Amino acid sequence: MKPEEYSRRRAEVGGWAIEIETYRLGDVYHTTIYNADPGARFARADGSTKEEAEERALEKASKYLAQTRRF
Amino acid sequence: MPYTIPNVLVTTDWVAQHAADAGVRVVEVDVDTAAYDQGHAPGAVGWNWTSDLCDTLIRDIVPMKKLEELLGRSGIDNKTTIVLYGDNNNWFAAWAFWQLKIYGHDDVRIMDGGRKKWLAEGRELSTDKPAAAAKTYKATGPDMSLRAFLPEVQAAVKSKSASLVDVRSPQEFTGEILAPPGLPETCQRGGHIPGAKSIPWAKACNDDGTFKSFEELKSLYEAQGITADKPVIAYCRIGERSSHTWFVLKYLLGFQKVTNYDGSWTEWGNLVGAAVEKP
Repeated sequence: MKPEEYSRRRAEVGGWAIEIETYRLGDVYHTTIYNADPGARFARADGSTKEEAEERALEKASKYLAQTRRF
Repeated sequence: MPYTIPNVLVTTDWVAQHAADAGVRVVEVDVDTAAYDQGHAPGAVGWNWTSDLCDTLIRDIVPMKKLEELLGRSGIDNKTTIVLYGDNNNWFAAWAFWQLKIYGHDDVRIMDGGRKKWLAEGRELSTDKPAAAAKTYKATGPDMSLRAFLPEVQAAVKSKSASLVDVRSPQEFTGEILAPPGLPETCQRGGHIPGAKSIPWAKACNDDGTFKSFEELKSLYEAQGITADKPVIAYCRIGERSSHTWFVLKYLLGFQKVTNYDGSWTEWGNLVGAAVEKP
């Protein structure tokens, strides 16, 4: 099978720049969220639609980013 | 101008055409240890950096015997061409490359652009785990000239005998954050090793994950005074991002004396009494 509908875009959550990568494999959409700098993956989720996968991943991302402290 | 050692890189096209060749073994190594199971380049073996590529008891790189077993069961012998790729623009592919060189494997290459480019190009993915006929592997070394330990870094800071390159993000370098956003904090103090230059690893890559040209890379490092005439020590947080920069400096730009300080900030930033610079 091949990844389809591949997309990667920038967004901001809680003041942090992130990148959202989503693609479909068969019937499942896979979303991975990276911090924009340094580019590390820190959240991922699957869904039956692109919106569902991204919403789930963003929910996790928001939770993790809220724990990042600035000094 | 071509890279100093251009054949350490292969394209996604090359992998699509040669992954099944006799004598070639493609290996995926990801930050996200679940990514391989989601789908990988057909024929690729998956290595887990948290269990396969380290000592799981003490903090250290993979022990020689364990690496020999990993390579053997992956169908790799001493003459195999190993092609590594992974997510995050090949962070842990570079980590694996560095360790394979420490243990003397001759023909190791990286798929330029990594998993990101493979996905973006809509290339075939498989969830099948290839059944590799086990082989016997005999490692050499370890060649510790590729690795920097704490005492060497401390000596270099004191004598200014080597250039230190901090490849973390600017916010980690300044101490504004202790770990990349969204990831757990793993150090007690923020900042950087005194005298280090901030050259984030990602500046070596294009948007599609491929490496920038020789000229662009040379300019990037020269602009910060990092040149081949002085030894270089690269570091990050746990040593994987800095292995990416180590790869760039040693193989793409041809620096002779470059080491990866894999203790990195999770060692230095937790040391009692260690000097820390915060701009």
